[in-house]
Formats: sequence, C-alpha cells, structure tokens
Amino acid sequence: MEKRQLVISENVQVARDPLGRPTFRIVLSVPQGSSDSVGQEFREKSERSQTAPAARSLRMRAGQFVDIAIPGFFLRRPISVCDCSDDRLMLYYKVVGDGTQLLSTLPAGTQLDVLTGLGNGFRPDACREAALLAGGGLGVAPLYLLARELLALGREVTVVLGFNSAGEVVLEEAFRALGVRTLIATMDGSAGVKGFVTDAIAQAAPAYDYFYTCGPMPMMKALCAALPAPGQASLEERMGCGAGFCYGCSIRTRSGVARVCKDGPVFDKEDILW
Amino acid sequence: MVKDLGISLCGLHFANPVVPASGTFGFGLELADAFDLNLLGGISLKGTTREARYGNPTPRIAEACGGMLNAVGLQNPGIDALVEDKVPALRKIYRGVVIANISGFSVGEYAACCARADACEGIDVLEVNVSCPNVHNGGMAFGTDPQAAAAVTRAVREVSRKPVFVKLSPNVSDIVSIARACEDAGADGLTLVNTFLGMRIDIRARRPVLANGTGGYSGRAIFPVALRMVHQVAHACRIPVMGCGGVATAADVIEMMMAGASVVQVGSENVRNPYACPEIIAALPELMDKLGIDKLSDIIATV
Repeated sequence: MEKRQLVISENVQVARDPLGRPTFRIVLSVPQGSSDSVGQEFREKSERSQTAPAARSLRMRAGQFVDIAIPGFFLRRPISVCDCSDDRLMLYYKVVGDGTQLLSTLPAGTQLDVLTGLGNGFRPDACREAALLAGGGLGVAPLYLLARELLALGREVTVVLGFNSAGEVVLEEAFRALGVRTLIATMDGSAGVKGFVTDAIAQAAPAYDYFYTCGPMPMMKALCAALPAPGQASLEERMGCGAGFCYGCSIRTRSGVARVCKDGPVFDKEDILW
Repeated sequence: MVKDLGISLCGLHFANPVVPASGTFGFGLELADAFDLNLLGGISLKGTTREARYGNPTPRIAEACGGMLNAVGLQNPGIDALVEDKVPALRKIYRGVVIANISGFSVGEYAACCARADACEGIDVLEVNVSCPNVHNGGMAFGTDPQAAAAVTRAVREVSRKPVFVKLSPNVSDIVSIARACEDAGADGLTLVNTFLGMRIDIRARRPVLANGTGGYSGRAIFPVALRMVHQVAHACRIPVMGCGGVATAADVIEMMMAGASVVQVGSENVRNPYACPEIIAALPELMDKLGIDKLSDIIATV
C-alpha cells in the first residue's frame, strides 16, 4: 500500500446501462517531477527504510484495487485496476451513488489522493495452459490486466464478457486487440449470445484448465457451480479502510474469517461460502 | 527550538500524545508495513472479548455526512490469541505504549479478560470498553448506567496492577456522573468518547444501510461534541483523560489537550487515511512553534 497524489488525465463516459447509469473510464497519472508518496516518506524515516523501493512504479497486479478519496466524502471508493504502467492507472467505474457521481464530474488535471496496491490479486500462474476469463458488467475491467499477465506467461486466453445490453459493453475491442478469443453475452441479445456468460461458455465450449471471474455475486456463484475446473473469483463487499485493519468487510470462508480487502478480494473457488 | 511532545501518564512515557483508537488500527500489525509504528505514542488495540467473535453480518460500514457508521460488532480472535499471539508479535517491532481494549458481556467476563491482559508482559494499559454500541447485552449496556460502570470498574480494578482506563460512551444524558462513578470505583483514567449510536436508511431499497440496523457514528463531525465531553469530564474528575472523537489534524490534537486530554486518540480518520497518525505527529512541532508552545504537556486542561 502507498498513498499517492495522482492527477486525472482522462475521465470520460464510455457506456450506459439499461437503468441509465453511466460507465466512466478514468486514467490517473503521476504528476510531473513530484515526490507524491506518503508511504515512502514515513518509511524513509523508519529504521526499516531499506525495504522502500527506490523507484515508485504505479504497477499493480491484476485483481488488486485502488481506494480513491473523493472530495466531500468521508470514506474512499475502492475501484479495481483495469490496466497500468509505471506512471499511469486506468480504471472503469459506474455512477451508482453520490460519491461516484461527484467523481464523474472531476475534470482532467484534478489531483486525487489515492491508496494504491491494495488487495491480493489473481494468481495467473495457477493456470497451466489455457485460461477462461468470465466477467459481468464492470467485473470485466480487472480481467483485462489479467489477460495481459496470462499472455505474458504464454497461456492461451478465452474471455467471456457479460452485460445487460449492447450499450453497456466496454473493453471488447481492447480484448480483441490483445489477440485473445473474445465472446460477448448480453441479457437482451443486443450483442453477442443472448443470455448469461454461462450460456456463451456452453455454446463456445472453450478448452481451459483454470478459470477466473469477476462480476455480480449471483453470476460468479452460478459460474463456480457450473464449471468443473478450479478457479478464482474476485468478491465485492462494502469496505471501510480498504487495507485490512478496520475489519469492516469480513466474510466467512472455508478456511476461516477473511477480510475481502486484504485477504481478498480474490478467493479460490473452493474457499468461498456462497 | 526542539519541541517536547512527550507525555507522562500513570507512570508511563508516551513519546507523543497521538494514539490510534481501538477498532481503527487492528492489532497494529496490520499496518506494520505501511509506516514505522514506533512513530506512534501508543496503540490502542482492537476490542477483545473472552471468546473469539466473528462480529456482525455485512454491510458493516456506511458513509455519513462528516464521518462514517460502523457496526463491526467486536470481531476479534479472543483474549487468549491477544495475549499469546497478537501482543508478543507486536512487541517484536513496537516499543511504545500498548493499550489492550477489553469488552465483555458480564462483569465476570470483563474481570477474567482483564486479569489475562494484566498478566501479559507486553501490555501497558487496560482500556475497559463499556461503550461499544454494536453488540447486544454487552458493551454499552455497562457504560450508560453509573452503577453498572462502577461495578465493572471495581471488578477490573481488583484483578489488575496495570493502569485501568474506562472507555466511556457519549450516548448518555450526563457523562460526568458516569465518569465520577468510574473514578470512585478505582479507575486510573478515562477514555472518551466512543461512537454515537446512529443509523442510515437506503431510500431506494427502503431498508437500513447496515445489516445490523444501527451503528456507531464517528468522524470529524463529532469532534465538537467529544471535545465538550472531554472538557466537562476533565474538569470534574481528578484522573487523566484520553480524548477521542473526530480528531483529524494536529490542531485537533492541541484543541483536545487544551480541553483536558493528556493523550489524544485518533479513530475514524485512520480508516479514511491510514497515514493519519504519522501525518499528525509530523505536523505537531510546526504548529506548536506557531502557537508558542514548547512543551505539549504544558497545555493540558488549560482552557
């Protein structure tokens, strides 16, 4: 975890769901020539300063998230990372309440206080040869970075993106540009296969030895029940601190009580008590 | 000139008066990789009961104007894990004051847990939580009645050699009467305040936001109310006070101390900013300089 002061490079609406709620893509960048990390500062003062990295890259693992302080609101808003480089983060978020509504109005150039590097992330090396990635709604966002990680490991990737309707689809072209097999499912049939991601999977019958999923809990539950292979799911829970010390997002798992923000958000299929 | 941030309290030395409040800093270890914990004057550990508790169902957290609601419900690994695992592990990396926060569902449970904590070498202070609003038939039930608060204090006092601080609830009509009852029953000090019992409703779903229905309201918004209670109690009692409630800045720390606090606990601000405590401590010397304060302990209860 680090606390960074990042600048909005882009904050644009890219889709809209059937309820009229817009989806935004936001790109956050390291300000030019700045020393923006508070975690760095206090670690350097400490006796264990040798553990602090010299160059502070923004790179994170797929499935990890950031926690953004939104001006005028007390709690931060946790958002998973879709893509990252040394100095940029790309995130997708839906306007679902007052906090994300305000976030959507902030123009490029606005500075935001962001906790980075939160959560455990997916384990791409759990897949031996071919991976199936299934996302629902904005659950597709972290799967993009995961697809890149899997490709870098030489794994084959099939991705299934589920949405309510065509107007809500995001990242389809980005996945295709990676060269991965990309399937779309929509509830109303306005794009791709009509139905759930499980319907699209049944039709296409992709070969895979491990699956990864992120999306609404009912979708992930159905998927984990339907797919015989082992896999991982990224869970969602209302969070307080986002960093594992307030115990606001605890859930029960087969291996005991776990904090979604710190021990997760990614859990093994076998560990989840739906 | 060099500023003196040190505080002496009940024979203990705090390097500075800033202490993360119970429940907002886990057992300390959770934040060991975030910054050097030895920057902190003390740490108040997460509320602990005799048996391990999962706590309340989720959602346990809700946004509220100027603060937040929580209904975690005293999730903790139990007193055995506290004294055998958590505190020894923390002591390997932390030299400051360690405050064990103890909760319970009966006078006997409070006494039993405090006796265990008292015998644990790494613990310096027992903070007796008679003010948790998120559990039934426990916690706050003992902190809203002077006689019940006194009974818990007396029972704990009898089994403890270490300083006993009673953490008070603000959900009372007369906090001074509770504070005096605890003082008379042998408390060495008081921590105040815990959270305010609150509620939010999701107006679209037409149900409470928190699964527990109600929760404790905390954050910057409660600061003036907490400050008033600290002022009242500090001037009515002879024992020291740890001030708590909505503290978010170095200025808040100084204000709380002028009101009567010897040590100042930072709570919900940690939840929105894990670096809140080291940031506040780093800001204190410059603010002291501006205000003409050389020694922080000089300003306690001066207003």
